[in-house]
Amino acid sequence: MDRRKFLSLAGITAASAALTPSEAKASLNLEKQTDNPEFVGILVDTTKCIGCRQCEVACAEAHDLPVPTPATDGALEKLRTTSTTQWTVVNKFETDQGDVFVKKQCMHCGQPACAAACPTNAMDKTKEGPVIWHGDRCMGCRYCMVACPFEIPKFEYNNPNPKIQKCIMCYDRLQEGKKPACVEACPKDALIFGTKKELMDVARERIYHEPDKYQHHIYGQYEAGGTDWMYLSAVPFDQIGFRTDLGTLTYPDYTKEFLFSVPLVFLGFPPLLYGLSELTKRAQDGREE
Amino acid sequence: MQHATSARSGSLFDFLKEELKPKAPFLTPFNLISIPVILGGLVLVVIRFWKGIGAVTNLNQSYPWGLWIGFDVMTGVAFAGGAYIITFTVYVLHAEKYHSIVRATVLNGFLSYLFYAGALTLDLGRPWHIINPIIGNKFGYNSILFLVAWHFMLYMISEFIEFSPVAAEWLGMEKMRKFLTKMTLGVVIFGVTLSSLHQSGLGALFLFSKPKLHPLWYTEFLPVLFLISSIFAGISMIIFEGGISHKVFASRVDPDGHENYENIVFGLAKGAAIAMYVYLFVKFVIFIHGQHWDYIPTKWGALFLVEVIVFTLIPCALFTQAYRERRLGMVRIAAVMTLIGIILNRLNISMIAFNWNSPVSYVPAVGEIWITLMVVFTEIWVFRWVVLRMPVLSEH
Repeated sequence: MDRRKFLSLAGITAASAALTPSEAKASLNLEKQTDNPEFVGILVDTTKCIGCRQCEVACAEAHDLPVPTPATDGALEKLRTTSTTQWTVVNKFETDQGDVFVKKQCMHCGQPACAAACPTNAMDKTKEGPVIWHGDRCMGCRYCMVACPFEIPKFEYNNPNPKIQKCIMCYDRLQEGKKPACVEACPKDALIFGTKKELMDVARERIYHEPDKYQHHIYGQYEAGGTDWMYLSAVPFDQIGFRTDLGTLTYPDYTKEFLFSVPLVFLGFPPLLYGLSELTKRAQDGREE
Repeated sequence: MQHATSARSGSLFDFLKEELKPKAPFLTPFNLISIPVILGGLVLVVIRFWKGIGAVTNLNQSYPWGLWIGFDVMTGVAFAGGAYIITFTVYVLHAEKYHSIVRATVLNGFLSYLFYAGALTLDLGRPWHIINPIIGNKFGYNSILFLVAWHFMLYMISEFIEFSPVAAEWLGMEKMRKFLTKMTLGVVIFGVTLSSLHQSGLGALFLFSKPKLHPLWYTEFLPVLFLISSIFAGISMIIFEGGISHKVFASRVDPDGHENYENIVFGLAKGAAIAMYVYLFVKFVIFIHGQHWDYIPTKWGALFLVEVIVFTLIPCALFTQAYRERRLGMVRIAAVMTLIGIILNRLNISMIAFNWNSPVSYVPAVGEIWITLMVVFTEIWVFRWVVLRMPVLSEH
């Protein structure tokens, strides 16, 4: 906290120090962006996943993307990341407890970095929870990609009319009252759809009933301020491709102080500079006389 | 409007037609290099819009921002910082000594924003939506980039107004010139406010990059560091550009200007040194506080030391020494070293030490470097065109 205070003091304006934490949060975090237990999300139990990749197939079919052929393409042999044509991928990790399969896609953060970064609100945290992209607003600056700690938004570099591609938690299907395609396709119930509150209860219950099986940590409960996709695992999360150094601060918190100082500088600097100008003018007039 | 002053006969149209003719020798080494670069660059621009950004750049999913942001925008805007420093010094602090360099500095600043920030439209994937943050097709109030975009635009208008009396004088519109001159103090105050916010705002863009930017560079004080470094970046650019201008455009400079010029340069050297001492002190405190000694014996540590010691501390010492001993050559060396240090700093933060822990790498493509050179050369062409016609290097 001391360093924070120093930032305010040494930074743009000393006045921001007096007003920082609570008020700033109220004014800068839009209501729809606060971490809401009613946001829908998905709980991934990696102990149940068998790596059949039916979620990938269902995802591709639901969004008109190239459909993979899990039986023959051997894609599990190498570590993959999502791409403009693959909104979700399953990776295999060899651990001391055998092979673990982990589905990767947008985490749908409670307060997403991409949405906080976007100058046009093209990246949008909907009131239901899914983070979606509006092509009619996006100007293609790719700041969402710079900001996202999970490296999820993907950009079509070889398209003159490029789009940002990423998982939208089947927002269109949710509107029709259906579940996300991957959840419906999962044959092992490794994916559970529900509100964040419900999913937290399920996750906690599983850990409680099988304390020796699970890691006592729900990835996504607090990471990057909390995400609507959450994971259970039998092995430490850093062994199955998760970053465990992201911290628990929400992304708007990183820039809150700077943004809060902006109106203060705008109001404070002009009169200050004008006064300075008058003072030095007088001083110079005085010298000349 | 259409009546030029008595000094010039004929209509404004004839005058402009006359002014459009070349005023300098055509076959110079600079022209011979820059013309093919600009023409080739235009071809690359067509390819970029036809095939997509990937056709001319090496940008990838892990490095969405490359040379066009890291150099053109991050570095270019820091280099253009001289305009707000000098207008602040002359119009707010009334340090009249620097009056003679205001016009060239403001022109350079304005053109830098116009071209370097303008080159941003090449980097935007969907530039036809560039107007969205302005017309309010959903304002991203919470976005640092939204703030920076607005400030860029407003600051370009401010600098245009700051420079406009010179254009009015060139066109012989005396009344207009007087009117525009009256706006100067107001516009300068607005411009200095905007500059301090967007210079620091460019640093604030990377506040989100905590998991991606190397700890030697990531700090919550990035906005403060960007603001302070824009001061000595801007001053060094004035010294560097002024040294060239006073040789190339010697005939356009007032005789008094030449005499006064050395004094100005030493004053600037002092200013740069002070800003650099403050910057190094803040950097030192951040380093000690961050407890990042472990990183120093790595290759990242070496890169960090080259930036901070070789290209910041040493030019800072050179500026100090040159000011004391009044050595013009040493000031120029220090200015060039400082500019290299700023390039290193901005590229380290936006490209090199960014994603330091990722297996993916990025090296700018020839096309990216080519288009960057095209932008720089075009800016120099326009700068030269204006300086050869308008009273930029001399007082009215």
